[in-house]
Amino acid sequence: MALQPAITDIEQLKDRPELARLLAWNTGAVTGAKFDRNELTIWVDRTSLREACLTLKNDPQLQYNALADITCVDWYPKDPRFEVVYQLFSIPNKTYLRLKVRISGEDASLDSLVPIWPGANFFEREVFDLFGVRFDEHPNLKRIMMPEDWEGHPLRKDYPVEGYR
Amino acid sequence: MVHMTPTPVLDPSDDKTMVLNMGPQHPSTHGVLRLLLEIDGETIVRIMPDIGYLHTGIEKTCEAKFYQQVVPLTDRIDYLCPMTNNLAYCLAVEKLLGLEIPPKAQWIRVMLNELTRINSHLVWLGTHAMDIGAMTVFLYCFREREDVLRLFEAVSGQRMMTSYFRIGGLALEPPLGFFDRVKNFNDRFPPNIDEYESLLTSNPIWTGRTKGIACLSGEDAIALCATGPTLRASGVDVDLRRDKPYSGYEKFQFNVPVSHDGDVFARYVVRVQELRESQKIVKQALEGIPEGSVKADAPHVVLPDREKMKTQMEALIYHFKIVTEGFTVPEGEVYMPIESPRGEMGYYVVSDGTAKPYRVHMRSPSFANLQALRKMCEGRLIADVVAAIGSIDIVLGDCDR
Repeated sequence: MALQPAITDIEQLKDRPELARLLAWNTGAVTGAKFDRNELTIWVDRTSLREACLTLKNDPQLQYNALADITCVDWYPKDPRFEVVYQLFSIPNKTYLRLKVRISGEDASLDSLVPIWPGANFFEREVFDLFGVRFDEHPNLKRIMMPEDWEGHPLRKDYPVEGYR
Repeated sequence: MVHMTPTPVLDPSDDKTMVLNMGPQHPSTHGVLRLLLEIDGETIVRIMPDIGYLHTGIEKTCEAKFYQQVVPLTDRIDYLCPMTNNLAYCLAVEKLLGLEIPPKAQWIRVMLNELTRINSHLVWLGTHAMDIGAMTVFLYCFREREDVLRLFEAVSGQRMMTSYFRIGGLALEPPLGFFDRVKNFNDRFPPNIDEYESLLTSNPIWTGRTKGIACLSGEDAIALCATGPTLRASGVDVDLRRDKPYSGYEKFQFNVPVSHDGDVFARYVVRVQELRESQKIVKQALEGIPEGSVKADAPHVVLPDREKMKTQMEALIYHFKIVTEGFTVPEGEVYMPIESPRGEMGYYVVSDGTAKPYRVHMRSPSFANLQALRKMCEGRLIADVVAAIGSIDIVLGDCDR
């Protein structure tokens, strides 16, 4: 199981059905792709995330009908700072796909997926609570892990592990 | 305690309703779950779970530890299935490293994971039945659970926080006679399951409290990100052990119990059948344990045997380096989902090429499944909330992390 180098060239990956479907739908929405350790990652533009998810969900072949997870990675001090990570799962095909959206630290917000999957609710609240990324049109965007009057977002890289003393 | 005061509130929507606070200290919320119930008489109008009381910042702590130091933290996430969490984390890091695990270690991992599933389901069955009023089942379940915990103690030295799996294999060879003890337990377990079932399955009080209660359709379960037995009891046939085999599960034969009713009784039936399937997997695992080592041949990752350390210079150097500096992991990211007793337990690990993980995220099944509670309970009676919580099988440590 020796490691193969990651493929990051969209040209080489465009035969993968998930990427081909998104490119056929809107070439401008796909900003990058990676195939590494048998897992496919597609970067999509922040404004087209919701339509990209709907496209993958409603496609009769791909059928990415379940949302497995939403989380975030803070690349401080790089810019764009945050990468919001979505794991989609196709129950009929039993395949996983990772979608990623890069957003800057100044205006960290993007579309909520609650209209598509109501189960995104808690995951997005968690990302909001621990990273401070806002989700537009979320029905109840409040802290979920930390107390409501907590200051700061603990999983950001500029937040000390021991907390502020 | 300054931060404890402001908590979410629910305002009653009209004069006829009132808001009832349930938990966080309530015996049937399985830990520190707080529920805000807006009720009209005995009927639930709205329900709002409030979690986070057990949030310990494990994801943040992981970023400050070496890769091997994260293993004991993973036990503490879901304290009813420590081995499952150990396995998910170890598999994720092994995938990042591109490490091959010897078959014997994989085999023992599968066996211990199924024993963990038995342990977790026994705690669920006992407490769930006790919530609904069947006290005896609890005592019977904990009798067998004690046997499983003794097996864990024999193999890892700990009853609950086992930390027995290591990146690259197992911590130690199982002790002499361990497999005989597992076989002894496994052979006498099926009649015990019959015993639990004889107390519940056709008991009119039990069926009255569970059949047709807290229904969840398959579409709703998928939309609400439910996984595991909660999803399978709603008629969706997904089991990652069969569909995305890991750690050699493809070599085992087992059925995936599915029910189409989607009520509390269906979730009970699915889990009890899973107990039987787990027993079968343990049996298969015991029959075909391969020969060989329980540690991968990767000296820069796996700690050397104690004996070698005392006689070989190289082993001593590797030991010193791993303990003091950790080991580096090639850059990349991995999402490793496995089937825990509660559903999809996914570890998302990002490496930046250093000896500490850049980000570890746990996708915990209890957290996602809890969202189904609202759909199950609204419009039903308060007494059904207790049955619904029990049937989702949440662990608050898993939920809050």
